[in-house]
Amino acid sequence: MKSVIKTEPVLEGKEVTMQFGGLKAVSHFNLVMRPNELVGMIGPNGAGKTTVFNMITGVYTPTSGEIFLDGKPIHGLKPHRICHQGIARTFQNIRLFKELTALDNVRIACHTHSSSQWWQALLLTSGHFAEETRITRHAEEFLNVLGLSHRRDHLAKNLPYGEQRRLEIARALATQPKLLCLDEPAAGMNTSEKVALMELIRKIRDDFDLTILLIEHDMRLVMGVSERLLVLDHGVTISEGTPEMVRRDPKVIEAYLGLEEAVK
Amino acid sequence: MKLLKNFLPFLIGIPILWGIQLISPPHIAIILVNVGVNIILAVSLNVVNGFTGQFSIGHAGFMAAGAYTTAKITLALQDTLLPGLSPWLSTQTIFLMALVAGMLLSGTMGLLVGMPSLRLRGDYLAIVTLGFNEIIRVFIENIRWLGGATGLSGVPPYTTLVWVGLGAIATISMARRLVSSTHGRALLAIREDEIAAEAMGVNTTKYKIRAFVISSAFAGLGGGLLGHYILLVTPKTFTFIKSMEVVGMVVLGGMGSISGSIISATLLTVLLEGLRGLDQYRMVMYALLLVILMLTRPTGLFGTHEIWDVLSRYFPKRKAVQKA
Amino acid sequence: MSEFLQHLVNGISLGTIYALIALGYTMVYGVLKLINFAHGDVYMVGAFGGFYLAHLLGVNDSPSLPKTLVVFVGSMLICGTLGFLIERLAYRPLRYRPRLTALITAIGISFLLEFGFQLPRWSFMPFDFPPGPTPRFFPELFPRTIWFNIGEVSISNYDALALGVAILFMVGLEFIIYRTKFGVAMRAVSFDPNIAGLMGIPVDRIISGTFILGSVLASVAALLVSISRPRIDPIMGLMPGLKAFVAAVFGGIGNVPGAMVGGLILGLSEEFVAGYMLSSFRDAIAFAILILVLLFRPEGLFGRITTEKV
Repeated sequence: MKSVIKTEPVLEGKEVTMQFGGLKAVSHFNLVMRPNELVGMIGPNGAGKTTVFNMITGVYTPTSGEIFLDGKPIHGLKPHRICHQGIARTFQNIRLFKELTALDNVRIACHTHSSSQWWQALLLTSGHFAEETRITRHAEEFLNVLGLSHRRDHLAKNLPYGEQRRLEIARALATQPKLLCLDEPAAGMNTSEKVALMELIRKIRDDFDLTILLIEHDMRLVMGVSERLLVLDHGVTISEGTPEMVRRDPKVIEAYLGLEEAVK
Repeated sequence: MKLLKNFLPFLIGIPILWGIQLISPPHIAIILVNVGVNIILAVSLNVVNGFTGQFSIGHAGFMAAGAYTTAKITLALQDTLLPGLSPWLSTQTIFLMALVAGMLLSGTMGLLVGMPSLRLRGDYLAIVTLGFNEIIRVFIENIRWLGGATGLSGVPPYTTLVWVGLGAIATISMARRLVSSTHGRALLAIREDEIAAEAMGVNTTKYKIRAFVISSAFAGLGGGLLGHYILLVTPKTFTFIKSMEVVGMVVLGGMGSISGSIISATLLTVLLEGLRGLDQYRMVMYALLLVILMLTRPTGLFGTHEIWDVLSRYFPKRKAVQKA
Repeated sequence: MSEFLQHLVNGISLGTIYALIALGYTMVYGVLKLINFAHGDVYMVGAFGGFYLAHLLGVNDSPSLPKTLVVFVGSMLICGTLGFLIERLAYRPLRYRPRLTALITAIGISFLLEFGFQLPRWSFMPFDFPPGPTPRFFPELFPRTIWFNIGEVSISNYDALALGVAILFMVGLEFIIYRTKFGVAMRAVSFDPNIAGLMGIPVDRIISGTFILGSVLASVAALLVSISRPRIDPIMGLMPGLKAFVAAVFGGIGNVPGAMVGGLILGLSEEFVAGYMLSSFRDAIAFAILILVLLFRPEGLFGRITTEKV
């Protein structure tokens, strides 16, 4: 198997474990993501999916294990450092900057790649103005990609739910990541919105040359869009492979439908 | 061109302030100077409490740092004549240098206080800053070189309405430029959602400390100007009571609104001037104001809105008109 | 050696006072996640409540044990009522607003009490209230007698009373929290008020009760202090309040035994550092400790690190 895939992994997790007191939220989690892959992570509630995200993005420091981005260790770094290294995320329970405009939400994310110094802003140097213009143009592009140009000057809290989710993706993209982690981006949407969003995610992946890790509850949806699936249950990877393989895996059926159904 | 834009507010400000200074009778001038100093204090505190969403209630400690530094320097150099300058220009230059030195020192104090305490959540920060305010006072009272409990007297009367006005313009420009830049937006992001800000690559601790340092430096400016107006720098001027007055201004104006701070600083200063006879009720009214405001209109007068944003809606810039 | 013993005795009695006040902070923080800024001023009101009661009873002329008891109980009632009112009128309407709003209100209440008490006397008041800014002297509730001496260190009935009462109340609190229905409910509310409410716990009543309990402890602390250091004034609560907060943070805020241990350690270290080295910087010591704790163990001695759910 290993010899078939030649490219270096973008993200690699080795034996990552997260323990909260006596509870092992995630144990001995392994993950290899190749460039441009779109990997789906599924599993019932409380399976540890978001905990995996929080460890990758630095919100939690893993109790043990290692995480590498492009071969460089990132476990234990602060979230903002990890963002600078090239991982961006969205949140399951939307965390936009509510009282700021859509444009400002995205402009804040552009800050990661800003070269301007704070004293330049106070002294109004020409470099500062050039930088502000560049950031604004940049942010407008990302709004455009997610179809939010018409919301440019609206406050984030006033956007409809689906647009808030898309704004979160625009904001994450604006940090110019290598790896994008989407935490249930379709939650709360209706079926047609979900399908459209999945199309959009695939398109973003191709246009921006990204690697995407996606958490989704809706199994059918995630199977349509991902090349590879990872199934978590009680903090343990119980199945991994193509959507077809995973769908037939009895362990997955058991986790999702309960033991009795599986026996039938 | 660039340089002009940078100093435009000051260039316009000097003749206007000069005119006001010439025509205003002494008792009005006193009020105006107080208004100016309070604008400096309220706007600078707003950088931390309004933009960054942290809650500091120890502004007076940093005022003290600025006031003592500035006064020490001007007291030491009041008979010195800088070579090649006229006596008037020489004292003005010394005063400017002293104010800058005061800002540097109070900014440094801000750094020392901010580094340990800004790792904490907002509510801890409030108590810690209040504590530091008192510690700074206790230390000053124990240092004989700084005049101990009686403080420094005979401070030269350098502060004029023009100086205070320029200080206020500098503070307001600082706040406006900061908030409309990518750095200021990083501060707003921290206020809105610290976890999301961190995930978007904002080094939240660094930015909080930076906001705190800038805010403290301008508090030092306010302290320096005040000291050279009342000609006395004592620890009693800089107790937590002074801090609370400034907090009251920021909260009333709306946390996050520069124009709100300016207006409420003006309003409260003038109103309290009218209540001189009822001095004992002054702080009680401040306290009541805070409580009633929080219970009825916690966003203050302006919330996070700015007066100039509202104005520009009614008077659109030429560019926009052409487009239409 | 005797100097050391003297500091030890002083430190322990100071520490128990801090512990009593810190308990109020920690319990309120536990149920509301609010730093009750006005707590130090409730302590001040406790001292003045006792002061007025003592004058009313004529303690100055004829001190006696029953009168002392009345003073204590009366002051506890006053503070309990005050704590109840503060929560009911100022904090409850803001319970579901941003935390900063409640914090500013708390600061407002604190200053209202501090400066309200500094106002000149209101003419319609039957007694000397508000007391104004000049310090008053707390009357002697009973004559001070030396019980026994260790070397040059003397232990008076005052010291014994302070320690005894403080310990009694702490044990009582421990009992309430861990052995009564109210205590169970209080711990449930502190864990998650919403779920506690769903389980049929009267959350509002429990929170009121917590405020009353904390305020009563503050008044006891105030009286114990006023007996041995009789100078009282309207801002007497500021420093003990801040220091007790430090003690609560040191022990791990929200943690009851932590507040007791934190108070003791703070009292002892303040007494020893001030006694041997830097007496004029006494008030700065607590904050130095606070900074060290925040830098190296921000969750406190017995606290748990809380992470926000993402």
